[in-house]
Amino acid sequence: MIRFDAVSKRFPDGTLAVDELTFEAPTGQITVLVGPSGCGKTTSLRMINRMIQPTGGRIWIDDQDPAGMDEAQLRRGIGYVIQHAGLFPHRTVAANIATVPRLIGWDKRKAEARALELIEMVGLPASFAKRYPAQLSGGQQQRVGVARALAADPPVMLMDEPFSAVDPIVREQLQDEFLRLQEDLGKTIVFVTHDIEEAIKLGDQVAVLRVGGRLAQLADPAYLLAHPVDDFVADFVGRDRGYRALSFQPSPRFSLAREQTVRLGASPGEAAAAARNGWVLVTDADQHPLGWIEPARITDSILPEMLHRGGTVAKEGGPLRNTLDAALSSPSRRGVIVDEHGAMLGTVRAPEVLAEIEDRARPELQPESPQGGGMTGESLQPVEEAPA
Amino acid sequence: MTWLGDHLTDVLSLTGQHAYLAGVPLVLGLLIALPLGWLASRYRVLYPFLIIGTGLLYTIPSLALFIMLPLLLGNGVLNPINVLIAMTIYTVALLVRTVADGLGSVPDDVNQSATAMGYKRVRRLTSVELPLAVPVISAGLRVAAVSNVSIVSVAALIGVSQLGSLFTDGFQRAFLDPIVVGIVACVSLALLFDVVILGATRLMTPWQRAAEAST
Repeated sequence: MIRFDAVSKRFPDGTLAVDELTFEAPTGQITVLVGPSGCGKTTSLRMINRMIQPTGGRIWIDDQDPAGMDEAQLRRGIGYVIQHAGLFPHRTVAANIATVPRLIGWDKRKAEARALELIEMVGLPASFAKRYPAQLSGGQQQRVGVARALAADPPVMLMDEPFSAVDPIVREQLQDEFLRLQEDLGKTIVFVTHDIEEAIKLGDQVAVLRVGGRLAQLADPAYLLAHPVDDFVADFVGRDRGYRALSFQPSPRFSLAREQTVRLGASPGEAAAAARNGWVLVTDADQHPLGWIEPARITDSILPEMLHRGGTVAKEGGPLRNTLDAALSSPSRRGVIVDEHGAMLGTVRAPEVLAEIEDRARPELQPESPQGGGMTGESLQPVEEAPA
Repeated sequence: MTWLGDHLTDVLSLTGQHAYLAGVPLVLGLLIALPLGWLASRYRVLYPFLIIGTGLLYTIPSLALFIMLPLLLGNGVLNPINVLIAMTIYTVALLVRTVADGLGSVPDDVNQSATAMGYKRVRRLTSVELPLAVPVISAGLRVAAVSNVSIVSVAALIGVSQLGSLFTDGFQRAFLDPIVVGIVACVSLALLFDVVILGATRLMTPWQRAAEAST
């Protein structure tokens, strides 16, 4: 657990970068610091490993105040990942990953074995061990950056915009894999980003900071979307809040409509016989949905390029957002629901999903504390998920 | 060119002496320039003073320095130590900026992450910053090497023998052969220095070739 206790930072030129920041990053969870540039999020992060010295307040790591500790020693026990990875260009991937193990005195063979293990863990081929960073793409470098931070198995990780410099598709992959890794590793992570979508996706709790280094709101993502504490947070959290909040609500078992399907190669006549309201779903032999088709518009047997690809597919029990989107995006207005193997189970319509949503309780508004909503120790506790 | 055949041993010994007088200061100068360059890059206030100060040293005419040093140090005029010291001064003059710029060329995020990994200052300098500054420092060293080989020859005027002695000899006797041999030997020596520095740099920077090959 990392605890900020009225931490301030005033730079020598007089700028107040962080102003009496108080919050707690619980053990084993991801706490995201998010805010516009100039909100002091990176400064706050760097005060944890003493890259920047606070000018007021204290930062506790597991109930220890590291202010008196040897700084290099402290940093070796804290993983650190930055934008562009900051890999050492003159060292191979394996040597980069082995940096901290070597600094804390592991012998060469053990450090190398650990590096190979991590290369695999972050999803890179073992042959990358001997490569230099310049021979890697941005996304691959970032994976090595994460591996390097994990090398000595530190309980705490600090991540400063680690996925910001890669393209959106790679970023999403990295985020998903990062969440999967964290599920296994359970590190105490403080994560800085300017991207609220990333904060909401990755954070167990999200701290929204405003310019001047003041905490605007600290809450879990669902609560933040449901109850922004003021206009600043509401603006920052952005549009479509109600829709985005559905990401945090699992779908119930809807009573699905049975859907008659046809295979590729079916004749227009077969398709027309199976169609409902003018549309029929085409699947492969394993009932994996491929796309919708309007039998009335075809004269030949069904070919892949004739399919309507606009509809999304939702997994049963997945977030309500995905289920609703499947219904809304389907040209037939029937949302395709699949099992965990991707095989079609049936369809659901938007009104059924909406009825379910209306029945759901939103995250309960928590009582305001004297200092304002969501800012004190008590309101830091994760909000209970609404009962499904 | 029968002259060269008759004087081959002399020429070789002069070349050896020349290499010694130009090469040893190159190493000494680098060793002195490293901490000075580090100071200049670490403390930006010092940068202009160190760079301009050491740079001015290079403007002292070599002949003046060769004559002044024995007077200042109390050595005999013919003592080659004077030449070694003078050449070291010129090397430092050229290399302080090179070292400072080389260390300054290390990307900031690399330095930041080195600190965040838990490198202490000295170890960060020796195992991250200096290795990354090698390409820039090596470029400066190549210039200094050529400059040293050229300047050392002036020391013939005060009687310290090396390849420059061939020039004074040829001049006094109005005889071209030793001058031509001296020039060829100087150029060859400069090339040899260059090849050695380039080779050492390549050995120290395998990562640079990896980067070039992938772009």
